[in-house]
Amino acid sequence: MSGLLGLYNYWIVIILMMTGFYAVIARPNLIKQIIGLFIFQTSVFILFISMANIEGGTAPIIKEGIRLYSNPLPHVLILTAIVVSLATTALGLALVVRIKEAYGTINEDNIHVQDEED
Amino acid sequence: MEILIDTILLVLLMITGFSIVRMRSLLAATMLTSIYSLLSASLFVVLDAVDVALTEAAIGAGISTILLLATIALTTDREKPPQRTPMLPLIVVIITGMALIYGTLDMPHFGNPQAPVHLHVAPAYLHDTPGEIGIPNVVTSVLASYRGYDTLGELAVIFTAGAGVLTLLGYRTRGGNSMDPGIRKLLILRVIGKLFFPLILLFALYVQFHGDYGPGGGFQAGVIFATGFILYALAFGLGNAQRLIPHQLLRIMVAFGMLLYIGVGIESMLLGGKFLEYNVLADDPVSGQHLGIILIELGVGITVASVMLMIYYVFRSRQPEGDL
Repeated sequence: MSGLLGLYNYWIVIILMMTGFYAVIARPNLIKQIIGLFIFQTSVFILFISMANIEGGTAPIIKEGIRLYSNPLPHVLILTAIVVSLATTALGLALVVRIKEAYGTINEDNIHVQDEED
Repeated sequence: MEILIDTILLVLLMITGFSIVRMRSLLAATMLTSIYSLLSASLFVVLDAVDVALTEAAIGAGISTILLLATIALTTDREKPPQRTPMLPLIVVIITGMALIYGTLDMPHFGNPQAPVHLHVAPAYLHDTPGEIGIPNVVTSVLASYRGYDTLGELAVIFTAGAGVLTLLGYRTRGGNSMDPGIRKLLILRVIGKLFFPLILLFALYVQFHGDYGPGGGFQAGVIFATGFILYALAFGLGNAQRLIPHQLLRIMVAFGMLLYIGVGIESMLLGGKFLEYNVLADDPVSGQHLGIILIELGVGITVASVMLMIYYVFRSRQPEGDL
């Protein structure tokens, strides 16, 4: 692909990233923030995998008669990153559950109000 | 054709992303997040990253959705409208986005084989894998052998996160193995659950041990294995699932997988090699590599499956009795 269309993947990824970023900073609801973080993470995965792609290449599993493979290194990095992202998301959600039990709300604004009252 | 599918999937991702942010119902947002993951998994297939797609489909669309649902069940599913005007965040987001787009302008174009990322290290992995490691799946060879240290670190992160969730929420033992009356009514879920449970486990074993030859490996297999048991717990109640795999056993398995991985490293040191140098494990280097990769993938699979299932147990055990 030539011209500006060659950057199309990256631009959409940036839009997705900013969508997630917006949810994290603009939404007071903690679960929504974690979902925003999840969108952000996934868009970073897409960025890496897009960079690994080679036009006309195939999945990096060696087979006779195939000469061009996609770059396996970003795949490895992202594969483990996905599992780690779930582990960190679970930790975040556990914190949300504890906050709900301690404050009775998962809305950031209400939590700040309660903190100031104390 | 690939470009067309890629373009359409990215547009769908964008639409889903916007809808998730706009949704007021967290339940709906969670379901859309699941769709978002599935779309990105499809995109990974189009971009030739089959191993990544398998992981994303199992984790993003599977387990993280279940965890989000469990959290919503423990908290609330309505999001209150924000009190502030969202102007400032919007401006910050637009400026950051503009700066990032400006940064992409001198990036090598998508699919360009001459991009710097393709010129260093990766060709060596692709070239040396058949001779040095002797397995066709280069992703597995890099993950388990060339970069075994990294993977050990990643596994430690997962282990730590599991321990963190356990510390934060604690596990509550609960009496009674009876099935909840609410679940009893869901006949279709139970029949389908019974039918799919063995198939999912079988598939997980295939993904685990076929990871050297095709897409798969310990990370994916571990997650799929945990999904099977989560389906069982959803269909037949948490109590019955825990009779199958008790919580105490999971705690041991979490540590066991980690220890198996480190043990392989130490064993190779004892045999005169370096830490995680599998060449010395057998008579010839290539069978040593095979043995080492199978063992550490098994360690990864055991720890990942146990951590995922443990996190699920912990979240579910918080729910009030009868609410399951």
